[in-house]
Amino acid sequence: MRPILMKGHERPLTFLRYNRDGDMLFSCAKDHTPTLWYADNGERHGTYRGHNGAVWCCDVSRDSSRLITGSADQTAKLWDVKTGTQLFSFKFSSPARSVDFAVGDKLAVITTDPFMERTSAIHVKRIAEDPQDQDGDSVLVLENPEGRKRINRAVWGPLNQTIVSGGEDAVLRIWDAETGKLLKETDKEVGHKQTITSLCKSADDSHFLTGSLDKTAKLWDMRTLTLIKTYTSGVPVNAVSMSPLLDHVVIGGGQDASAVTTTDHRAGNFEAKFYDKILQEEIGGVKGHFGPINALAFNPDGRSFSSGGEDGYVRLHHFDSDYFSIKI
Amino acid sequence: MAVLDLDARAAKLGIDLSQVDFNSVILPPGENFGFESDDEDVYEDEEDFETGFGNIIVVDQLPVDNFKKVELIKEDGLSMPVDSDTSKTLGYCFIEFNTRQEAEKAKEKTNGYHLSKRGESDIILAVYTFDDIERLMNMNEEWEPPQTKPYVPNETMNLHTWLTDEKARDQFVVRCGPDTEVSWNDTRHLKSESVHKLQNWTESLVQWSPLGTYLVTLHKPGVAVCGGATNFKPLVHYKHPMVKLVDVSPGENYLVTYNSQTPNIPHDATQVDIKIFDVKSGRLMRGFQGSADEFSVEGYSVSWPVFKWAGGRDDRYFARLRKNTISVYETETFSLLDKRSMKVDNVVDICWSPTDYILALFVPELDDGNQPARVALVQLPSKVEIRQKNLFNVSDCKMYWQSNGDYLAVKVDRYGSKSKKSIESGFEIFRVKEKDIPVEVLELDNKKDKIIEFAWEPKGQRFAVIHGDLPRPDVSFYSMQTPGRVSKLVTLKAKQANALFWSPTGKHMIIADRLNGKLEFYNVDTLMTMATVDNFMATDIKWDPTGRYVATVVTSSVMEDGFYIWSLYGKLLYRTLKEQVFQFSWRPRPPSLLSEEKEKEVKMNLRQYVERYEEEDEDVLDLLSRQEEEKRRVMGEEWEMWINKWKKLHEEEKLQRQNLLGEEEEEEYCYETVEELIDVCEEVVSLEL
Repeated sequence: MRPILMKGHERPLTFLRYNRDGDMLFSCAKDHTPTLWYADNGERHGTYRGHNGAVWCCDVSRDSSRLITGSADQTAKLWDVKTGTQLFSFKFSSPARSVDFAVGDKLAVITTDPFMERTSAIHVKRIAEDPQDQDGDSVLVLENPEGRKRINRAVWGPLNQTIVSGGEDAVLRIWDAETGKLLKETDKEVGHKQTITSLCKSADDSHFLTGSLDKTAKLWDMRTLTLIKTYTSGVPVNAVSMSPLLDHVVIGGGQDASAVTTTDHRAGNFEAKFYDKILQEEIGGVKGHFGPINALAFNPDGRSFSSGGEDGYVRLHHFDSDYFSIKI
Repeated sequence: MAVLDLDARAAKLGIDLSQVDFNSVILPPGENFGFESDDEDVYEDEEDFETGFGNIIVVDQLPVDNFKKVELIKEDGLSMPVDSDTSKTLGYCFIEFNTRQEAEKAKEKTNGYHLSKRGESDIILAVYTFDDIERLMNMNEEWEPPQTKPYVPNETMNLHTWLTDEKARDQFVVRCGPDTEVSWNDTRHLKSESVHKLQNWTESLVQWSPLGTYLVTLHKPGVAVCGGATNFKPLVHYKHPMVKLVDVSPGENYLVTYNSQTPNIPHDATQVDIKIFDVKSGRLMRGFQGSADEFSVEGYSVSWPVFKWAGGRDDRYFARLRKNTISVYETETFSLLDKRSMKVDNVVDICWSPTDYILALFVPELDDGNQPARVALVQLPSKVEIRQKNLFNVSDCKMYWQSNGDYLAVKVDRYGSKSKKSIESGFEIFRVKEKDIPVEVLELDNKKDKIIEFAWEPKGQRFAVIHGDLPRPDVSFYSMQTPGRVSKLVTLKAKQANALFWSPTGKHMIIADRLNGKLEFYNVDTLMTMATVDNFMATDIKWDPTGRYVATVVTSSVMEDGFYIWSLYGKLLYRTLKEQVFQFSWRPRPPSLLSEEKEKEVKMNLRQYVERYEEEDEDVLDLLSRQEEEKRRVMGEEWEMWINKWKKLHEEEKLQRQNLLGEEEEEEYCYETVEELIDVCEEVVSLEL
């Protein structure tokens, strides 16, 4: 497949998200401006201006009308997708890291980093139908008992009953979304050994995939937090994604440039690796990025996927017909 | 002391035994008075004759003299008994020291000392320690011949069982992190099977002995040699603290250990301590100490191994290079051959033939060209120079022996012009096994090409040279087959290469660009590349001793560390990812026991053997694929279970979800693959033979 290169960001990419219909792709980067692209040909639609810091994460509502973004400028902002106007800004006292709309888009979960004396926290905010009624009140605030450790991703569980979080302490936790009580936690032998960098839910919210700097990605049951599969990669994992169509899992990562002492003469050799979801074996890879891959997303129709890297490029790939008949 | 004597002794000293509390007796440390301890598993070869009087010496042969009526003269540790009847000294005295070491030292110094007085005859002191006398007095009058223990063959101590592996696998040792592991290379099952693994087995590195019988491990107090069928027990220990480097002689008879100490005062030379041990007994045969200057030649630092062993497996001679001398030692007496070193002015490099007792040496140019450089071949033990050649305008040279000792190639760097600005390179090749040892000169097509790497084909008549400019030099192959000249086979232009690795059986080689990890598998018989593979950051490339497989190691590059095993055709068989691989080394094999005729016979009848092995291979492949299928089936079923469970829950929650969404949920798309038979057609195709 020939990839479409989209250069719109000047700084490394942090997150990619498709909308539910699969025609829009949202990209977040460290350059403060989340961008909207057409998902089929990679043409840029527009940008959302307003943030003053790196944008870490975003989510789009089911009807593709609202976009929420979390940024290092200590705010999470609500945008009108079509016009690009900023509808509301949630203010926090530390950088906002992860955002996720609940089923029905009436609630959103936002995590904030530990900052100075503040600990990391999980906030649940109500999202009003009418942007005029929007207020900044929190429905629920969970202070992370670990305190000093950053939470990298927090997402809603099935039916908005739970919140799943993972971060620097390598432990995944399930919290009750109403009371804030800790329901489950992964234990040390089974869980990741280093920072959990990424998390991707399945289409039906039954299982999810996590990627970690310990060079593995793991597949978990969302309700019971049981480890189902483990995929080993040779490099630290920064981003993970699951195909909604076939039983494939994509893992992207790479050694950070600052940590490598010798230059890789083979430029363009950071690859997104495809694994068979059930057999846990590598089936192939897509090379091309000049730097570690930080973001991966599958189009909901499963016929294309995109990757964003440290090099600031977004690469959009439409699969060839032989992708769909891959057999190990 | 026997218990019976205790009573008598006690009586003599006037001690009432019933009053003595035996439990309160504390023996001086290290002494056990001849009693064996119950709690330690101490096995003593000789009976311990230590008394508590180790610090007392007896000085005998003193002149007898008159003394006043005193029983015993005691003065500051000196006590001289006097015979009360005759009022004469008995001729000996006891001197007590503070420690046993002092007593022994005094004994050494004074034993045999001439004590003479004016006018009297010489008196020679005889000094013994108290222990000596006790021991001599208590010695058994009868001599009992030692008992012979029956020989029990111990299978675990069979050092060569690894060679009898049914599947003819090779072993290798890997050090990664704190672990050291010896494994079989099982390429049928596409994995490595561990033989023995130990954490912190060695302090710094491990090394196989040249015939593969032992694994040498380094430890703080010294070196150990391990072997055996499965458990690699340490067999013999060699005492040499803080050893840095180790070398084993080609016949595995001797072990050379090296330790150097950087001096406290920066201007002093580094002190070097080398010991040579007999491998089987652990006995120290000879030690060499000195400053680092004595072990190297001016201008060059100490290169290991310092002692080079002569060719063949007899381990008869070893040689060392010193300023203006070559010292050749023989192992029968561990002293210099003919009791003298060979004086060779300004000798800079020596190199033994791998199979014969021929030593090649190189003397560089002197006096600005007045005395030319010289390469000479010396036959030992006769020390006769069998061949020598003068070389003119030479700036440097390096010697390479072919593995069978058939040829010696000397790479010569010459000054292109009088002004010594440009360097040209060429080779002088000695046909050592032919009469009169003819020398052929080989010049590269482009004389100005820098020679980067040179390698002889093991057991063969060809060699490969990398010459030219990095990063894309040329690789040329030459053959010595036609007598009288060196013929070129081929030159491969502009190859990305900086290292050559011949297979130990010859014929195949790897042209490698290390660190970039490009390996080209080349067949020198057909002059064709078989495969080019990519193995980024491969730092080590090693053929196994049979020449069937190649191992590459990616060491500590953080990405994809571990070792990879390839077939000799360049196909990746399997890889094992391991963090922090420090060392990888194949276990060497001893040379084949078959004679040359037998080997030829096997080669001719190879077809028959091949059939049998192919069948075995097929069986294993079948088994493997069946196992794989089974595994996949199980995984597939397990996954189905999960999916069904989730589907059920999803259905149950449907209503709740609809409420949350506030709308009818659309059916999610569902894709199905349908196989449709379009056409079936039979066609007979004739085979053309």
